Amino acid sequence: MSEPLKQADIDREIAELTGSGGGRSGHPARDYTPYRSTALRHPKQPLVAIKDPEAAELSGPVFGVTDVTALDNDLTQQHVGEPLGERITVTGRVVDRDGRAVRGQLVEIWQANASGRYLHQRDDHPAPLDPNFTGVGRCLTDDDGFYRFTTIKPGAYPWRNHQNAWRPAHIHFSLFGTAFTQRLVTQMYFPGDPLFPYDPILQSVTDESARQRLVAAYVHDLSQPEWSLGYRWDIVLDGPAATWMEEGR
Amino acid sequence: MNPTPSQTVGPFYGYALPFPGGGDVALGGITVHGYVYDGAGAPVPDALLEFWQADEDGDLRGKPGSLRRDPVNGAVIGRNGVDFTGFGRVPTDADGHWVLRTVRPGNGYISVCVFARGLLHHLYTRIYLGQDAFLDSLPPQRRETLVAVEEREGVHRFDIHLQGEKETVFLDFG
Repeated sequence: MSEPLKQADIDREIAELTGSGGGRSGHPARDYTPYRSTALRHPKQPLVAIKDPEAAELSGPVFGVTDVTALDNDLTQQHVGEPLGERITVTGRVVDRDGRAVRGQLVEIWQANASGRYLHQRDDHPAPLDPNFTGVGRCLTDDDGFYRFTTIKPGAYPWRNHQNAWRPAHIHFSLFGTAFTQRLVTQMYFPGDPLFPYDPILQSVTDESARQRLVAAYVHDLSQPEWSLGYRWDIVLDGPAATWMEEGR
Repeated sequence: MNPTPSQTVGPFYGYALPFPGGGDVALGGITVHGYVYDGAGAPVPDALLEFWQADEDGDLRGKPGSLRRDPVNGAVIGRNGVDFTGFGRVPTDADGHWVLRTVRPGNGYISVCVFARGLLHHLYTRIYLGQDAFLDSLPPQRRETLVAVEEREGVHRFDIHLQGEKETVFLDFG
């Protein structure tokens, strides 16, 4: 048996790769040693460029009012009782890389509860489930590209990348643009989390300014008196889109 | 503008992203299925595949309604069976297997977006159901990784190898 990997080992690996550039546009490289599960799950051949202006991926799926219901963007209203935890509002604007609003598109989120436990059978972290919290939400962006969710602040939780590995609190986001090429799945973090430097998933974004784009801002004006704390997180989708789609649908 | 970086879908998306009927884009057409493998040849049980395709006439203007839900109780009620949405979403099962039921796209291929635990940035590939000029531009061994094999009438097999000797061709759109 080899010695278990320690945080100090991971810290050393993270430091060696910090600022290494990683992938294009600040995306993480798919081969990132400190996050051990990447080892066998990244391609080693270069990606093959598609230049076809007729490529199907320059368009993408659309969603509409039948795909969401009124309560889907309020994760605190999905059960008979109210969930435990710090109630928060998370809102922001979704744009493409030219800064154009992504209108009427689907935003999906999922997260752990306030104790850091997911409603998932394979999450065996011994923290309590909350009978009043599922942790799944969705909404469509409005005409200006804004999304808005009411939820509770998720807790940090341990994982088994290495000994004493903990994920900083985060909300998973899934986004669609006007093109399949703009698809994005990512994670939103909370400002000032002391776990940032220890987390190989966040640190896989090796450029500091790119990493900051994953961290929401606390905005006092978004807090609602005696109700919730407000966070703002804007999202820029990467990837080209067909020009005929630019006005959206 | 600088894009928001990608992060892995993680292991716990299973109660959030998949939806009933996610792999039934259209019935009465073809079935495409396969496995997702890692670089050691082990099946990947926690991958999520998304599919985007044209309809039989090659029209890429898919309709909304893939995730149609009941406004009374929020339950997924599924596609209405009339509108073609062109979008599918299927998690691999415990064996790393996935199944998609759809129609043959008029432009010859189905676009695939691969997410998985351990994959920090999704990957794109294509399932080709016949010949294509793009395929001709690839070396034969690599070309094969993009072509579904017809196992029997109407049933096509397409495996995805994230890494290794049989590594699938993954695509970049710039």
